[in-house]
Amino acid sequence: MTTQRKAHQKGPGEREDVVPEEKGPSRRRFIQWLAAAGAVIAPLPWVSFAEKERPAGGSPSTPSPQDGAQTTPRRQWVMVIDLRKCDGCVSIDTPPQCTEACIREHFVPEGQQWLQIYEQQTPGGGSFFQPTPCYQCENAPCVNVCPVGATYHNEDGIVLIDHLRCIGCRFCMAACPYQRRFFNWGDPNLPPEAAFASYSPEYPVPAKRGTVIKCMFCVHRLRLGRLPACSEGCPMRAIYMGDLNEDVATNGLEVVQLSTFLAENNAYRYKEELGTQPRVYYIPGHGQEFGRKAQDQRDLLPVTWDYGLLGSLGH
Amino acid sequence: MAPEVIERERLEATVLAPILRPSRLYDLGLILLGLITLWGVYAWSVQLRQGLVITGMRDQVPWGLYIGNLVFFIGISYGGTLVSAVLRVTKAEWRRPITRIAEAISVAALVVGGVQIVFDLGRPERFLNLFLYGRLQSPLIWDVVAISMYFVACVIYFALPLLPDVALLRDRLAGTVPAWQRWFYTFLAAQWTGTPEQRERLARAMNILAVLIIPLAVSVHTVLAWVFSMTLRPGWNSTAFGPYFVAGAVFSGIAAVVLAMGFFRRLFHLEEYLTAKHFRYVGYLLLTLNLVYIYFTFGEYLTMMYKLAGEEKELLQALFTGREAPLFWSFIFGGLIMPALLVALPWTRTILGIEVASVLVLAGMWLKRFLIVVPSLQVPLMPLEFGRYVPTWVEWSIMLGSVSAFLLLYGIIGRLFPLISIWEMVGEQETAPAEAAVQARRLMFPQPAFEGPRAVASGEE
Repeated sequence: MTTQRKAHQKGPGEREDVVPEEKGPSRRRFIQWLAAAGAVIAPLPWVSFAEKERPAGGSPSTPSPQDGAQTTPRRQWVMVIDLRKCDGCVSIDTPPQCTEACIREHFVPEGQQWLQIYEQQTPGGGSFFQPTPCYQCENAPCVNVCPVGATYHNEDGIVLIDHLRCIGCRFCMAACPYQRRFFNWGDPNLPPEAAFASYSPEYPVPAKRGTVIKCMFCVHRLRLGRLPACSEGCPMRAIYMGDLNEDVATNGLEVVQLSTFLAENNAYRYKEELGTQPRVYYIPGHGQEFGRKAQDQRDLLPVTWDYGLLGSLGH
Repeated sequence: MAPEVIERERLEATVLAPILRPSRLYDLGLILLGLITLWGVYAWSVQLRQGLVITGMRDQVPWGLYIGNLVFFIGISYGGTLVSAVLRVTKAEWRRPITRIAEAISVAALVVGGVQIVFDLGRPERFLNLFLYGRLQSPLIWDVVAISMYFVACVIYFALPLLPDVALLRDRLAGTVPAWQRWFYTFLAAQWTGTPEQRERLARAMNILAVLIIPLAVSVHTVLAWVFSMTLRPGWNSTAFGPYFVAGAVFSGIAAVVLAMGFFRRLFHLEEYLTAKHFRYVGYLLLTLNLVYIYFTFGEYLTMMYKLAGEEKELLQALFTGREAPLFWSFIFGGLIMPALLVALPWTRTILGIEVASVLVLAGMWLKRFLIVVPSLQVPLMPLEFGRYVPTWVEWSIMLGSVSAFLLLYGIIGRLFPLISIWEMVGEQETAPAEAAVQARRLMFPQPAFEGPRAVASGEE
């Protein structure tokens, strides 16, 4: 191949076979060098990022060797939403209380509902209410596509956003199959007290213009051993918070063994078929524990963005 | 089959005329384009102050015109380099008068295309994060890498064959142009004197570049397609998207080449060199890509239509009969079928007919890019209403500014450099394959300067 190309370029003349022997090896060496360099360089970023992103511990059955050295045991937070208990707050005639608690807790900018309730129709003609937080997917499409690593898994498996790094390309929003990400299109209209919060990816307040924001499972509360704002705000106590590692979950009233609770109650994950491995489980139902019928016609009441001056301090 | 004789004197006089004696009207046109571009810059400054809230994009449809324009301009850039490289590699001799016109498109379109990413960012001031914190796993970084590499390659690919012509300008224009312009040509000519050694090196460099730039170009639009197909959205989630985008890019790129040829042919009186033959040949390329694109489009929609899977069904309803139907069918008939007929039918296969087809193709392909980006995002993935997106004046202004910035860049290139490669037209021996037979023939029959490949080319006619 090399000699053929040589002959082609060298043009006419019989003495050309001397020339390629001088030049050939150097080019060949160059290509070898290039291939070797490529082989060395190619895996580098993958290795370094793979370590950063993989939730430590991987799966509950394989704790990582450093676990013993950690001062705080690593969690694998999951949320369990018992739809038998969720009636969309129609029976108490209020807007969804989980959503409003979330809004007060994080000064969620107007128009965004990090935890939104959708009315889902069932093929049989009934409907149920489905509270939808960020699913904190293990195989998170948003984390996969982020060009700058601004959205990432923390060590407990929760998907966070670094709003100081986010460039606002919104690729993660296009990638999220649950549409659980929001963009601060303009300067968010927030009450003055929001400015007193000290920002961190774990408590992204105040929201920053030109960046993507979403539910982060109230990491700042979990750290203190408290339930997320939505779980505390739910009058029906339909939202359980649990840890796959310790196999336990609670809604503040009762403590359940997570694995049994999920298995016994036919728990499912939303859009399981996509392979995103969400960390939110649903127990099927339509609010029957609080008397809601599947064919109940009452609609959700619209959410208000009333931060209530001392809203977040009250908890 | 006597080869057409190209007189160097006349060719130089014709091609250099716009540089030697620039017309006032041309400069006025450039100023006008500059003003429109400034309007776009003003619109962008409004967006910078107020944020993307000033656009029509919202959470449900987070991408809009800017991303569509990104794909469109990068597609246009194909016309130039890929077409010229493929023709070079396949030794198609008729390419000679159109390569420069084509290559200049790549450079201008890539500059404007790349900037579209910045328009779309919520935090444009953090643009450098793409380089500081870039994750190679993100398709967007593939884009950044591919587009910037392709841009560098295109600039080199444009500048290298410019060397002999810029050297000519340097020598020819002494005293008649301002000092900076002369310095500019001297700098770009890089001490080109036209020695046989220099010419051989140039020919070799061009051969290597022409081969290297093809996979590079293909990769650019492939990874651009993968930005979409790496997501779980209806209509984007397709393995054919890479080649589909590449075909669309070449398709629209060729149309852009035709229009540039037609425009400068009239404006700079290049009728003698850009003949009906060249339009016809480029027209055949256009038709081929047109048919390929029809094939891909048919395949894409048929596979969705046959299965009617949940979200894809909603997408197809929106496109075929719903809100986007007027745009969709305009694209199908106006952007695919009409141009194909115009070029395929012998009585419309004139210069004008091919130009009209190219206008239709460009408009249709812009529509298609809009229809790729927006409706897939409008389809709700949650129990929501169908998404709404109406671009605002800021988005339209930035788009208008981008188009005129592209034309302005192209116009400046046409103002500073000869749009027909003089040395390639005349001294064909410099790039022709130096086969022994040809060389021997030249030694034995010095009279007809060079006959081999040209005779083949005219034999095709």
